[in-house]
Amino acid sequence: MPALLINGKEHSIDADPNMPVLWAIRDIVGLTGTKYGCGIGACGACTIHLGGKAVRACRVTLAEAGGQEITTIEGLGENHPVQRAWEAHNVPACGFCQPGQIMQAAALLKQHPDPEDQDIVQAMSGNLCRCGTYQRIVAAIRTAAGAGPGAAR
Amino acid sequence: MIHVAKLSRREALKVLGASTGLVLGVAWPSADAAEPSAGADAGVLAPNLYLTVDTAGTVTLTVARSEMGQGIRTTFAMIMADELAASWPRVLIRQADGDPKYGDQDTDGSRSMRLFDKPLRIAAASARQMLVAAAAQAWRASIADCRAVDHEVIHMPTGRVLGFGQLAKAASALPIPNPDKLRLQDRSSWRYVGHMIPSVDLPGMVRGKTLYGADVTVPGLKFASIERCPVYGGKVKSFDSNAATEVRGVERVIEIPASPFPTGHLPLGGVAIIASNSWAATEGRRKLRIEWDLGPNVTHDSGAYKAELEATVRRPGRIIRSQGNFDAAFSGSAIKVTSEYYVPYQPHATMEPPSAVAIFEDGKLLILAPTQSPQGARLAVSQYLGLKDTDVTVRPTFLGNGFGRKAFHDFICEAAWLAKTLGGKIKLVWTREDDLCHGYYNPISVQRLDGGMDKNGAAIAWRHRVVFPSLNTTFKPDQSLPDASQYGQGVTDMPYAIPNLRCEVGLALPHVRLGAGRGGLSLEHAFAVCSFIDEMAAAAGKDPANFLYTAFAGPRKIDLKAIGVDYPNYGASIDDYPLDVGRLQNVLQFVMDRSGWGEPLLPRQGRGVAVHRSFLSYAAVVIVVTVAADGTISIPRVDLVIDCGQVVNPDRVRALMEDSVIYGLGFALYGGVTFRNGAVEQTNFDTYQLARADITPEMHIHIVPSLQPASGAGDPGVPVIAPALCNAIAAATGKRIRTLPIDTSLLKDDRPAPAPQPAAGPAGPGIPLTPAGSLPPKG
Repeated sequence: MPALLINGKEHSIDADPNMPVLWAIRDIVGLTGTKYGCGIGACGACTIHLGGKAVRACRVTLAEAGGQEITTIEGLGENHPVQRAWEAHNVPACGFCQPGQIMQAAALLKQHPDPEDQDIVQAMSGNLCRCGTYQRIVAAIRTAAGAGPGAAR
Repeated sequence: MIHVAKLSRREALKVLGASTGLVLGVAWPSADAAEPSAGADAGVLAPNLYLTVDTAGTVTLTVARSEMGQGIRTTFAMIMADELAASWPRVLIRQADGDPKYGDQDTDGSRSMRLFDKPLRIAAASARQMLVAAAAQAWRASIADCRAVDHEVIHMPTGRVLGFGQLAKAASALPIPNPDKLRLQDRSSWRYVGHMIPSVDLPGMVRGKTLYGADVTVPGLKFASIERCPVYGGKVKSFDSNAATEVRGVERVIEIPASPFPTGHLPLGGVAIIASNSWAATEGRRKLRIEWDLGPNVTHDSGAYKAELEATVRRPGRIIRSQGNFDAAFSGSAIKVTSEYYVPYQPHATMEPPSAVAIFEDGKLLILAPTQSPQGARLAVSQYLGLKDTDVTVRPTFLGNGFGRKAFHDFICEAAWLAKTLGGKIKLVWTREDDLCHGYYNPISVQRLDGGMDKNGAAIAWRHRVVFPSLNTTFKPDQSLPDASQYGQGVTDMPYAIPNLRCEVGLALPHVRLGAGRGGLSLEHAFAVCSFIDEMAAAAGKDPANFLYTAFAGPRKIDLKAIGVDYPNYGASIDDYPLDVGRLQNVLQFVMDRSGWGEPLLPRQGRGVAVHRSFLSYAAVVIVVTVAADGTISIPRVDLVIDCGQVVNPDRVRALMEDSVIYGLGFALYGGVTFRNGAVEQTNFDTYQLARADITPEMHIHIVPSLQPASGAGDPGVPVIAPALCNAIAAATGKRIRTLPIDTSLLKDDRPAPAPQPAAGPAGPGIPLTPAGSLPPKG
């Protein structure tokens, strides 16, 4: 059975190894902050960190994820600079896509602590927001990036 | 009228789950079943269904409208907190279940502020007045000397203070003030209304803690996924579930019967897989072998249907507005323009697909679902399953968008049917494919406009023919013309002062489930009307904004009833919400001032304007577009002006307008699904595109300061975007887009680059353009 290491905790998952890790996280482990939006990796609502990188949880199987460290929105911390910046800009509207947006932004800043606007737009263009919060997302990422050295880690 | 009565303590506790203190009961005009009973109770101050003050001083506000990103929970709390003089950190928000006692809960059509602004103020003012009276009684002081400030009542002459919590019990024993004699707070005392207040649900949303429909988790839950017929009206003929049941985690396979046609709010029918997790359920579906009776709609094809609508639109239709003599004026016109516009079916494509949890225990059903209409869902489910409505509870979760999709109850009825039939707890999740293929689509339409001008370029003739299948066909087997509430969204309420005009509607038979989307039917009607007035301006050789300003010929109010037009005005009184052309002119002037209208642009850049009233609000937008030589579009800047009357929560109005721009751009650039052999062709976000971060323009949102009654904000920013974009494209390239979504391959540079758009220049004869900065503040 593939075991998953999610937010620092090991979970043994009794399921088909071909199951996308999204469904193990949501339906079996019960962490529902990671959302389903399309199942084909086209919307970003299920973005998590796998080995520190942003991936679409709907496109990674249990077999592929086994043994690697998974971080979901619940494991990002209560007070991550990206979350604080999101609050400062009142980013979410309906909020559904925002866990994915935040995970994507946190991964971007980890890799690129001081991104240019075009880096931000490029990194975030895989994450759909049907409330059109893109302008606020870009502004919030700028704020998070400016929160000080190492702030986004 | 609004009736205020005290709830009995037992009722109050039942309704509000409160412990002790004051509970008031307001029965709204539409709440027929819930006249709260009078009777004094000690404890919680509960002057109505909408708020309680307990003895600890905690104020609990009940919000009965659904939260789907518009910020209604925060906005309602701002109103009530100010009217109560409550302190924001001591206010809790509680989401109401679906129940007629709350009045209208159908969170649809941009109506929440219009319907509830005043009732909520009255509800909170009643409680404040009771708290003040209780303090005066305690001090044996005059009420006039006591004032509620920041969660306390102060005796002004002496400075003595009693907190709301200390007063709740005594206040609960006092009579409820007559609503007609209530004194509402002076706006100068407002601390929240009109200010930037972070949304109450923000902390949960950024930490993944907010619960949407599919996030509800209870022990013993089974996961369901349903294979439905790809064609509307089709039925299961037979199915083989052997392979499906072998999928690990699949527990049951069960056929859901097809509902009578047209299916309305009821399930389409199909084959459901019940499994231990969502993935097993969808994998099981892939292994089903179903033979369908596809039914008559299998012939539905968007291309052929469009041709049918075009043939209809070229013939006279039923006249729905007529003034002067169009035929004579048009034939005598020196300049004539004729154009046809096409808009395909629009799915709602809410970010959260439909989902619902249904729990059936001891003959009672509990539904937790992202519904825009919990009362409607309760009614639909109880009728569908033959349960008493008192045995059905519908509890709204947060909604990952609504846009009108979640005002339909098919998905909730599906989950409810499975829970009752299987006797358990069901979580039903729609896939994205289910969502795009089994939606309630905003209607496909073809529109034809004929405009005539005299030799000076003054518009003298206008004919607008619309052909689209009626929204009512989703519910009624008769296949009649659309009704006035549908063509009253952008057709019959045409605001231009053109002396000879005629609006006509033609018949289109339905083949799919229809339901209004965001922007309502103004989405397509404003696209045609706001594009066509721009085409007329171009034909007359005039600046489009000046031409539009002249066409408005305001300020004036249009009395459609006086000219024999059946005009429902979005269900609002025409006296309170007139069709005010002055406000259209005002937003136009405002957006011209702010957007730099007339300033020079680069080659293959253009500026487009559109102005439209919908959902009782007035929106104007100027879009700047750059069209690359290969036809690719980029949008450097958008200025949007909204006049939606009094604004309670400016940050959310601003957010809704930013959203409207993005939504409108997505609609114009990529929106729409097509049918082939009766089935949707774009089944997921690979083939159905939405606007992304990379198309996002620099947006400047301007809210008109206003003391007018509050009107819509969720919808009215959307309809102006597509026509303004197409008008900008025409200005940049000389090419007119009349078919959506925009085919950018038509915009390739195949001629020498045009000169930059000319500056607006001096105003034409009799066009009083007010210079920037001279706009009188309305607030």
